Order: sequence, then structure tokens, then C-alpha cells
Amino acid sequence: MATTATPLQARNIKKRFGTHEVLKGLSLEAHQGDVITLIGASGSGKSTFLRCMNLLEQPDEGELIVHDEPIHFRDTKHGREPMDWKQVERIRAKLSMVFQNFNLWAHMTLLENVIEAPVHVLGKPKKQAIDEARSLLDRVGLLDRADYYPTQMSGGQQQRGAIARALAMDPEVMLFDEPTSALDPELVGDVLKVMRGLADEGRTMILVTHEIAFARDVSSQVIYLHQGVIEESGAPAQVLDDPRSERLRQFLAPKH
Amino acid sequence: MINLQGYGPRLLEGAWVTFELAVLSLIVAVILGLLTASAKLSRNRLVHGIGTLYTTLIRGVPDLVLMMLLFYGGQIGINMLTDQLYEAFDIDIFINVNAFIAGVVTIGLIFGAYMGETFRGAFQSVEEGQMEAARAYGMSDWLAFRRIRFPLMMRHALPGIGNNWMVLLKTTALVSIIGLTDMVRVAAEATKATHEPFLFMVPVAMTYLLIATLSEWIFSRLAKRYNAGFGETH
Repeated sequence: MATTATPLQARNIKKRFGTHEVLKGLSLEAHQGDVITLIGASGSGKSTFLRCMNLLEQPDEGELIVHDEPIHFRDTKHGREPMDWKQVERIRAKLSMVFQNFNLWAHMTLLENVIEAPVHVLGKPKKQAIDEARSLLDRVGLLDRADYYPTQMSGGQQQRGAIARALAMDPEVMLFDEPTSALDPELVGDVLKVMRGLADEGRTMILVTHEIAFARDVSSQVIYLHQGVIEESGAPAQVLDDPRSERLRQFLAPKH
Repeated sequence: MINLQGYGPRLLEGAWVTFELAVLSLIVAVILGLLTASAKLSRNRLVHGIGTLYTTLIRGVPDLVLMMLLFYGGQIGINMLTDQLYEAFDIDIFINVNAFIAGVVTIGLIFGAYMGETFRGAFQSVEEGQMEAARAYGMSDWLAFRRIRFPLMMRHALPGIGNNWMVLLKTTALVSIIGLTDMVRVAAEATKATHEPFLFMVPVAMTYLLIATLSEWIFSRLAKRYNAGFGETH
């Protein structure tokens, strides 16, 4: 059942923290199967931009449209906030996020983590959720860890578990916030392998990462942010291999 | 069972009053404590102020004084209210403050303040990322509280709740002064009549001890449950 709806559109997103404007009007459009990578130095606003997409941060200006459904905002004396939190909750359930620090729920086993939102947010029957969770855990290579708690797993395992948790929502778009930054180098590969598999099967993904080689490999679009502005954007071959701005060239230059 | 010079059945009834009183007060205290902790963590100044006023007031005044203030003050307040109703709407009612309910409310109110402090620290110990993940997966505030924040904070709150409960249990002995016939009052009356203090006070002490021991066991079971995922490795 192919739909023509656009999974996610962000238009002219602005965000201030106090007087500091961290996002100065950013736009992005994720079509079905797109893998959009946000790169940039720390403080460039890439994580904040990503977190605006599922409203973990409230954008001060701009529009968000998920699966052709615009999110409604209203102005309050504390600034702009969503008009209808029920709508936000419904939309968040379509956008699974994978966090830098995994954020698996510490009091639940891996399997319980994976079935939690499908059962309690989507209202799936528990038995069905468990069956699906098991096949997802199998896919990320963690079926034998189903009954482990997060503290009993390595960072790489936790992150692959977190990806299984994200997949269990059958999301419209997956948001990855520096998914490998907290991992020991030898654990990064397994996580990237899982993510590459997702890109290959046509998942719509938006990711913030420092893994330039990976971004070059899997992205359909790369966006380079500098101080809250999109400085360059386009196909990875163009942005990463033939950067126009001096700043991006320096950002991409190998550091010694 | 020992007859205890005929006081046995009354002592048993008194013990049941003590137990009921303690459990119901605990429930009130936990609910008030959760509300207080939320109030004190609120960014709303007024709500925060109310929470702070409540805990300061309660923790700074002796339990006994509070109990009498609330019991007698409560009756006076209710009388004033019913008088007003009578004058304004010609509704004639008389409400007598029930000593048992007054006891539950008072003890609940006192320990709600202590629970509030316990819960506040426990709430703060929950990592922000845990709640962020809950929100990111579409949970409502209530669902996220019930499924994520509450079970996570219980691990930190349980020792404090346990301590409060033990003190609360013993505080119920104060209700005899507002006319409630708990086991302490029965024992005191029996002692007066028979001049045999040990015959009655020892069983009373044993009963408290029994309840306390039983609760220790329950609390250690609960601690085990809420510590799942934080302990030793697989």
C-alpha cells in the first residue's frame, strides 16, 4: 500500500535558547526511503534540529508536517507550544528516536523495552508484540539477550536493542541522534551494520552523525550545518567530496 | 487465646484499629507525598510555594500539637461552615468529626510532608533520558509517570518510605488522645483498672513489633522488585 504522503517536512524551523538563536530557519524534506544525514561541528544545532522534529524541543517558529499532517501550535506567554498534546503524542509514535545514550528503560528487560510502546502506546496485543519483538531482536543479533537488563549489556548491544525498540513502532521516520558517539570504537561497526541494513530496505531515516564515511555510503542527502544555518546540502558525492565552502572543507579535512 | 483478664477481645479490636489506621494513613501520606514532591519540583512559583509552606509547617510543629489542632480546629471549622449554610440556605446539618477519620487525615497529613521530601529526592534521581525516551515514543504524561518515572524512582524512595512507615506506625499511638480506641488506649485503661501494666503493655509492644517485622519483610520484597535491572550482572 504505497502512499504518496511525505513522511516528514520541516519548514523554516527557528529555535532560541534565551537570547541565543541556535536554529536560524532550517528546512528539510524527507521523502519515502530518504536517508538524510546532518553533519556539522558541535554547537552547530544539528541535534537540536533533530529534536525539534519530534518536539522534544519546541521550535519557536516554523512548520512541521508529518505524513502530510501539520502540527498545530499556539502562542502562550511562555512561548509557542503545541495546541494539542494528544496530536503530538500520536505523531511522536510515528517517529522513533534512537538516542546517543541509548536511553533504554533501565527497569525493564530488553524484550520489555521493545514491547513497551507498541503495547501501551499503540495498543497492540501483548502476544503479538512479543512475537514481533523477538524477530526484531533476532534481526539485530540480540535474541539471546531478550531477558537481559540494559545494565547487563555492552553499549553496542544496548544501541542495537534501542534500534529494535524503534523498529517495533514500525515508524514513518527514524531519527538517530549521534547513535555511535557514546560507543567504544570496536562496537561502532555492529551498530552501523544494522543501520545500513535499514537504509537498504528503504527506511526513511534522518540522522545526526560524525561518521562521515558512513554518511557517504548510505545517505541520499547530506546537510552541513554551521551556527544554525544550512551551509551546504545535496547528494553525498557533491557535499562530501566536492565541498564548496572553505569551512566545510576544513570540517571534512582529516584531523591529525 | 489468653484471656488477659477479660480484656483480650478489646485489645484485639484495638490492634485492628491501630493496623487500619496505620495502613489508611500510609495511603493518604503516599498520595500527598507524591503531590507535594510534584509541587516542589514544579516551575510554577505558586504551586512550589504551597508545597514548601506545607512541608515547613508540618515538619516544624510537633505531631501531638498538629493532631489536636486538626481535630479540634477541624470541628470548629466544620461547625462554622454548617452555621453559615444554615444562615444562608436554611440547611440544617451537624457534622461530628469522626475520630477515626480525623486520625487518618492528621497522620496522613503529617507523613505526607515527610514522604514529599523522600519522593522529591527520588524523582530527581531518575535520569532525564529515561523520561525523554518515554515522551519520544508517544507516551502521555500519565502513562510515562506510571510506566517509567514511578517504577524508576521507587528504587530510591523505598528505603525512605520504609522509615516513614515505621515512624508512622508508632505515631498512631497518639490518636488515643483524640478519643480513638486503639490498642494503646485499651491497654492503658486495662492497666488503670487492674494495676498490671506488664500484662497489657507487653502484648501491645509485641503487636507493634510483629507489624514492624512483617513490614520489613514486605519492604525487602518490594526493594528486590524495584531493584531489578540495577543489581548484579546476569
